[in-house]
Amino acid sequence: MQRRDFLRLNAIAGASALLGPSLAGCSQPAEWQRLMTAGPATIKPTVCNMCFWSCAGQVHVRDGEPWKITGHPDDPHSMGRLCTRGTAGLGAYYDPNRLIKPLLRVNRGGSQQFDVVSWDDALGFIAGRLEKVAKEHGPEALATLVHGPGAEHFVHLTKAFGSDSISEPAFAQCRGPRDTGFYFTFGEGIASPEQTDMENAKCVVLIGTHLGENLHNSQVRTFADAIRNDATIITVDPRFSVAAGKAKYWLPIRPGTDIALLLAWTNVILAERLYDADYINLNTVGFNALAAYIAPFTPEWAYVETGITADVIRQTARIMAASAPATVIHPGRHTVWWGDDTQRARAVAILAGLLGIWGQKGGYYMPESVALPEFPLPAYPVPKKSWRDITISKFPLAGQGVTNVMLDNMVGSDAYYKAMIVYDTNLPMTMPNSRATLTKAAQALDLLVVVDVQPSEMTGFADVVLPECSYLERYDPLRSESERDPCIALRAPALPVQGDSKPGWWIAKQLGHRLGLDKYFPWNDYTEVIDWQLKQVGSSLTEMQTLGLKPYPRKTPLYLTPGAPLNLQTPSGKIELYSQALADAGFDALPRFTRHAQRPDGFFHLNYGRAPQHSFSRTQNNPVLYQLMPENLVWIHPDTAMQFAIDNESYVQLVNQDGVVSNKVRVRITERIRPDSVWMVHGFGHTAAGLTLAYGRGADDSALMTRVLYDPIMGGTGMRGNFVTFRKEAA
Amino acid sequence: MAHYVMVIDTKTCIGCTDCVDACRMENNVPEGLCFDWVVEVTTGRYPELKTEFRSERCNHCSRATCVTACPTGASQYWNDSNIVVVDASRCTGCKACIAACPYDARLIMQPEGYIGKCTFCVHRVQYGLDPACVAVCPAKAMHFGRLDDPTSEVFQLLESRESYSLNPETGNEPNVFYLR
Repeated sequence: MQRRDFLRLNAIAGASALLGPSLAGCSQPAEWQRLMTAGPATIKPTVCNMCFWSCAGQVHVRDGEPWKITGHPDDPHSMGRLCTRGTAGLGAYYDPNRLIKPLLRVNRGGSQQFDVVSWDDALGFIAGRLEKVAKEHGPEALATLVHGPGAEHFVHLTKAFGSDSISEPAFAQCRGPRDTGFYFTFGEGIASPEQTDMENAKCVVLIGTHLGENLHNSQVRTFADAIRNDATIITVDPRFSVAAGKAKYWLPIRPGTDIALLLAWTNVILAERLYDADYINLNTVGFNALAAYIAPFTPEWAYVETGITADVIRQTARIMAASAPATVIHPGRHTVWWGDDTQRARAVAILAGLLGIWGQKGGYYMPESVALPEFPLPAYPVPKKSWRDITISKFPLAGQGVTNVMLDNMVGSDAYYKAMIVYDTNLPMTMPNSRATLTKAAQALDLLVVVDVQPSEMTGFADVVLPECSYLERYDPLRSESERDPCIALRAPALPVQGDSKPGWWIAKQLGHRLGLDKYFPWNDYTEVIDWQLKQVGSSLTEMQTLGLKPYPRKTPLYLTPGAPLNLQTPSGKIELYSQALADAGFDALPRFTRHAQRPDGFFHLNYGRAPQHSFSRTQNNPVLYQLMPENLVWIHPDTAMQFAIDNESYVQLVNQDGVVSNKVRVRITERIRPDSVWMVHGFGHTAAGLTLAYGRGADDSALMTRVLYDPIMGGTGMRGNFVTFRKEAA
Repeated sequence: MAHYVMVIDTKTCIGCTDCVDACRMENNVPEGLCFDWVVEVTTGRYPELKTEFRSERCNHCSRATCVTACPTGASQYWNDSNIVVVDASRCTGCKACIAACPYDARLIMQPEGYIGKCTFCVHRVQYGLDPACVAVCPAKAMHFGRLDDPTSEVFQLLESRESYSLNPETGNEPNVFYLR
């Protein structure tokens, strides 16, 4: 056969057209015959950047040709096994659409276009504009929006310049509500990687988390361990996710009613006294207030809201409690859904608190990192105004900069920000309903710089586009995360730099030089920083270039002693079942269930998620991953398909409640979804013409999210309150 | 004779297609082609459902019809084992093996025109390594080894768990097994 489906959905293998040349024996050996006698490959260390999980990897180069990338065998993130995206990392290097020259927007005869310019011209232009902004408005008028390990270079530059307005979509568009909810309960957020001890759990509860499709490497590996160990898996999801397929209990919950389920579970645990009273007395505050509050939220009450029967709610609560503390109540990750997400995370955290799983084997382990000293640098100037000044009045308990607040403050005559640097994040497809504001911001700002590897949608808004080389061509800050097994991993250049692209550290240093900030970059090459840091912890760059990853022994216990007091960083030092801090700020001290907008007739909940083949909107143009998954599909229940007379594999357009129409998207009719919902993988429907593979393929869910539900506590952009119907493509 | 088998646990397989990806990189498989692929089978009606993923490939059959169908001897067993390979220098691209394969596991290599297929990564097996797909599986759902060795992991897994293979009725004696 000529082409093959890499993933067959309910397929039956059948005969295919047999085409191809006829020959009298091939003059070349087959690839496998060549491989049988091939010499050894050289191996160079990297840290994967195909997603943020940052697995340590090894780039294999044979006879000068890049061959493959595999996981570092000692890496607790990957255990030698990179995921689908990491395995395809060479595609990011070879992508013919990569940015390889700096670009400057010019106005020529009334039309705007990008000119290829030299680095000197591009950097000089940026420095000139930034100096003008600093002179007229102060350096605080610079905002920097970033993502990923390379962000540190531009965070550093921004602080050295005199601004602390730094934000990442990872907060307000992703895990901010989770970390805020846990902070107000346990005194700290959840680590990344999440400290879920699934490999030792007897019960794993996933609430809207679709591990498997969400291919965070060590999360998936330890989830598979839980399955192998016959842990009871409880999956709450409107869709029969891969994880639901592994579960003993699948709870196909009505979208937007998680808090009702969580309150009912808590009700059962309290009503049936399924908790350890000594633990509760020692380690929690607000138990009596919780008990009084929770009484009306019975399983029978929750059934009406969630569609989950009272029996199932009771059974699952009992299993969680019986397995505790070896019960993982998974905190989730992307949790910006309905605008009450911090309270939803609070409900998750309260359940975890009652079950006593904090710091316990099979629950949440205690993560530890290698204490890597900062390279000695002069103190940053103190900004006259901080990001807090524009944020706290809107979202009083935001723990860090909120992207949407910053963006809103770039528009209008009284706009606070006059310049923006965007590093490695594709805002138009990351921030819901942001294109109109981004367009206005691009007009209003004196300077918009975008640093990217590929010509993403974001680059289209820029005054200057700076081409960064891929992760396989550069040094970046050392990986030293809080996790089960402390270690350090090195990202080093493994392959020659393509074109005129440059590493992020070089770009930041060059800009610093032009801005008179040389004292913040007192080194010629970033390797000096890495080497200095490594020498503080008994290693060196030379050693790490060979090792790639270095494990360190733990200095603190992985688990807390059962029965000992927790000593948390909350004001009370205990688990705050009732949050006085939230009450003092005018929010509910105990999570409240709110009935969200009902779907209009003929409309369906727009749910979205991940596929193992792609990360965000950044990998659709990767030539290797494109072959595995070239477009997203919209999942539709058979009843819905029948109602609208939609054929499987046909193309439709989605129309949302405000009349916004999507690009065409292929239909997958499947029983694996609730009849009141559709589901699609996020990150497709690219509109950037420079991404020649991804352009126009599939539909963009974020463009359909015109109704954004803001979390009043921390500013998260709830994305689930949107509904779609179908417009059939003309045949 | 060395009897190599692959044992894939459908209980832990998440259908992520990393096996496909790793194979394509390891074996430099041309664009648009693959030696392995993933099948999703969902049965039942909402909400009573079951989904199974299967990573499929050449079964390296002990009685391989592709080997007997090959008029030139290009399709052959490697080194007194059940690993089926194609010697490109003897392959005329006649496609008799494609017609003979019950698993649709053979394809025409582009642009050369010889027949390509999964080799169980024989270039790795010769050094005692697992095939690339097995080595990469993030869920550790895939296992490889010798069934003629009762101490092997694959032997133990097939002894202790219920399993099935695809199209056993052909009499080809396939060697990729799926644990239920």
